[in-house]
Amino acid sequence: MQLVIYLTFAILSLAMILVFVRLMIGPTLPDRVVALELLASIMVGMIGAYAIYTNRTGFLDVAIVMALTAFLAAVGFARFLERGGPRHD
Amino acid sequence: MIDWLIKILMLASAAFMLLAAVGIVRLPDLLTRMHATTKAGALGVALMMLAVALHFADSVVSAKTLAVILFIFITAPIAAHVIGRAGYFTGLPLCEQTIKDELVDCYDEKSHRLLSGLETEEELEAYRQNLDMKPRIRTKAQRLE
Repeated sequence: MQLVIYLTFAILSLAMILVFVRLMIGPTLPDRVVALELLASIMVGMIGAYAIYTNRTGFLDVAIVMALTAFLAAVGFARFLERGGPRHD
Repeated sequence: MIDWLIKILMLASAAFMLLAAVGIVRLPDLLTRMHATTKAGALGVALMMLAVALHFADSVVSAKTLAVILFIFITAPIAAHVIGRAGYFTGLPLCEQTIKDELVDCYDEKSHRLLSGLETEEELEAYRQNLDMKPRIRTKAQRLE
């Protein structure tokens, strides 16, 4: 079990690094918003893996809040773009 | 038995997340990147939450994980829709291999409404008359007027 959990953490960290690359190079603001949203999804998954690792259920509340804020951020950015804010950061 | 199921679910979740991350780096334009991230990311989160529910085998934890899964499955399409719409509307370049852009010239610049392109003359007339009455989204030009 321990090995599988460490492997999961390693794969998720690799995924986070890849998403971070897109967050850095993403040519436009919508690309970065998509990257941020995926980063939050990966974080929710990582929190789930951490809850299994530490055997504590309290971390699930953090996962719920993380999912909520990611959605709000995405909708807010989209609204901002449609209203005609700066497009090229 | 359950232990193996949890292991498989966790690894599958991580694999889907990695797939989404590879997709967001490798694919050429915004819409294809969203195509990779929303579906694979949502499935990854759902599998991980399922693993958590099986690991703790407790009703409160199961309810919480179910809440997360439901929330992700409800909000992921909405977020993808609004970002894709905003990205398309701000005129992001599509990938060079794009064969057909169905929405070209269908968006009204001013009211941000979508026309099908098959409206009859009367429908278009009614649309033009309603244009000023209730704009769905305020644009910069409208604010300056």
